[in-house]
Amino acid sequence: MKQELCTANYAGGWTFTVAGNANRKARGCGSGIYPITPQTEVVETVVALNEKGMLEKGRIFHVESEHSAMAACIGVSIEGARSFTATSSNGAAYMAENILCAALYRLPIVMQVVNRTLGPPWNIWAEQGDSLMFRDWGWIQIYCEDNQELVDHVLMSFFISENHKVLLPTMLCVDAFILSHTMMPTLLPTQEEADRYLPLLDLPHRLNPEKPVTVGGLTQPRVTASHRKDMERDLGNVFEVYTSAQDRFEEVFGRRPSDPIVGYKHEDAETLLITSSTISSTTRRVIDERRAKGEKVGMVRIKMLRPFPTESFVNMCKNAPKIGVLDRNTALGAPHGIAGIFAQEVIATLAFAGQKKFIQSYVVGIGGMDVTAPLIHEIIDELVCAETPGPSIWKGV
Amino acid sequence: MAGENRSQLLCAENTNCAGCGMSLALNFIGDVLGRKMKMAIPACCGVVTPHSFPYSAYKVPVMAATFASSSVVASAIKAVQDMNGETGHVVAFAGDGGTFDIGMACLSGTAERNEDIIYVCYDNEVYGNTGAQRSSATPMGASTTTTPGGKAERKKDIVAIMAEHRVPYAATLSVSYPEDFMRKVKTASEIKGFKFLHILSPCIPNWKSEPSDTVKLGRLAVEAGVFPLYEIFNRSEYRITVKPEKLRPVSEYLALQKRFAKVPAETLALYQKDVTQNWERLLKLESVFPFLGK
Repeated sequence: MKQELCTANYAGGWTFTVAGNANRKARGCGSGIYPITPQTEVVETVVALNEKGMLEKGRIFHVESEHSAMAACIGVSIEGARSFTATSSNGAAYMAENILCAALYRLPIVMQVVNRTLGPPWNIWAEQGDSLMFRDWGWIQIYCEDNQELVDHVLMSFFISENHKVLLPTMLCVDAFILSHTMMPTLLPTQEEADRYLPLLDLPHRLNPEKPVTVGGLTQPRVTASHRKDMERDLGNVFEVYTSAQDRFEEVFGRRPSDPIVGYKHEDAETLLITSSTISSTTRRVIDERRAKGEKVGMVRIKMLRPFPTESFVNMCKNAPKIGVLDRNTALGAPHGIAGIFAQEVIATLAFAGQKKFIQSYVVGIGGMDVTAPLIHEIIDELVCAETPGPSIWKGV
Repeated sequence: MAGENRSQLLCAENTNCAGCGMSLALNFIGDVLGRKMKMAIPACCGVVTPHSFPYSAYKVPVMAATFASSSVVASAIKAVQDMNGETGHVVAFAGDGGTFDIGMACLSGTAERNEDIIYVCYDNEVYGNTGAQRSSATPMGASTTTTPGGKAERKKDIVAIMAEHRVPYAATLSVSYPEDFMRKVKTASEIKGFKFLHILSPCIPNWKSEPSDTVKLGRLAVEAGVFPLYEIFNRSEYRITVKPEKLRPVSEYLALQKRFAKVPAETLALYQKDVTQNWERLLKLESVFPFLGK
């Protein structure tokens, strides 16, 4: 890979382009695009690189809405070509129907979601509610911590989604502005490397006049139930394919992307923070500061939310008596006032695993409020002193 | 017709009603385009036609698209075929709800990009699948479950809307004029770019007409000028393809459909006036912008 100083949006657009073009020896690639802040630069990058001739067998559809952007990806994909796009916030909400369909049609589309607050009131800054709307409908969801991780996962996502044991789409989530518009030194794959890493797409159910089928037509209840259960089974296959994707990555690029759940000084931690996305980077720095003072604080970061890596998550949390979950998202009106979606997941996961824990939910960074090191220190201080957990503690309001 | 093997497109075990205009349309399209085509069909009777998985009454591959998306899905399928040097037409096949209403923005975008597909709107002037609710294609005076007293508003001029997108071809087709119908499908199949075909599709349960009257209704619609048969090339050449010497009264066409049973005299008069004016407008357009030949 060659190092460049670039934003997550440029890095995503670049990697989508070389990954799409890597399928030129099969049926090519295609993307339906529609602008929305702060994602726009992703699709602008794809268009600019295409104008330079980087998509040798590809088509970009300049459609009139996000709903049609995903529909174009669906059409491209069911015809057997590689497909990708990007969206954010209300754009994802407008795209919703076809987002669900992409998974239900079993199409390996990869989409970058730049996590932005849903409005009204209008707000362009970071929050995860847009991608979390689609947590439960068969999309693989990865929450990236930095630009490099996005690049690596664009490649890995095509590898995983297009595997016949999976055939489900992937959403790659990055925080608005904090990553989308922030330049970092990032290793970008060359075309030759993308070609070497990615197998060609062979969609088993692509439209074929020799074998005419109606894709997505009517089904009777039992067939519908069986189709849904197949999706659940195949999401379960993601973990083994993920490992193959890591192995292959290491072979081609000489380094290994992290596991679906990423621990940091968690083994002996007495206070454990559960994080996702960029909040993890700040948390890691705070943990180092606390550790320097001899405090046993650690972190477990949920990188892959769906399918949920239950076993490794439970295993990483097993030693810590006290857990705080940091959520840059809200689920309003939930039981016990647990308003953070990741917190709900953590509470349910550990309870079912029989682990009795102190778990406190924190709602932080809503509407893109900064989640600073002092704020995370404050949360740790509170956790250390607290005796019983309560409803989510909303920070900054 | 649907029950015979000679159909290129439909198997006998489809779910369509006896006398269904859409069935005739599908068979005529299949006769011209053959088995190499693919279809994208949104929510409408056409997506119920094949029956339920694992069966399909369609003899060609079909993508059941979301309600608003058939045109862009069809265009993406066609684009990938083109990239791979494959021939075969891709047809978006949608009802009036999926065309005039929910699919309008997507359709407009696809037409503006001049995607190389054949877009077919089979227009039964009502949300038929859901049991007869008004659409913006429902004509004035027709009763539906959501306009029980008769629709007050007029129908959109969809062909004008689509032609004004500067698409290479837009035409109206009637299942009661098979030769004209199939010639237009053939014409569309030989033009590159976006083709819009608007078919009047009599609908027995929702028009409350007799199955045996479907062809007759299609004829009367043309003869009364309610649904003139014409084609527009590149927004600049108009050709009326079936020209009745003298228009029959609209009331003759309405009389066979119980959805118009309670049309008051003044609505009928307005309807007749509209139809006559539209016919005259079309004649004028044809004389000012005549067909110059291919």
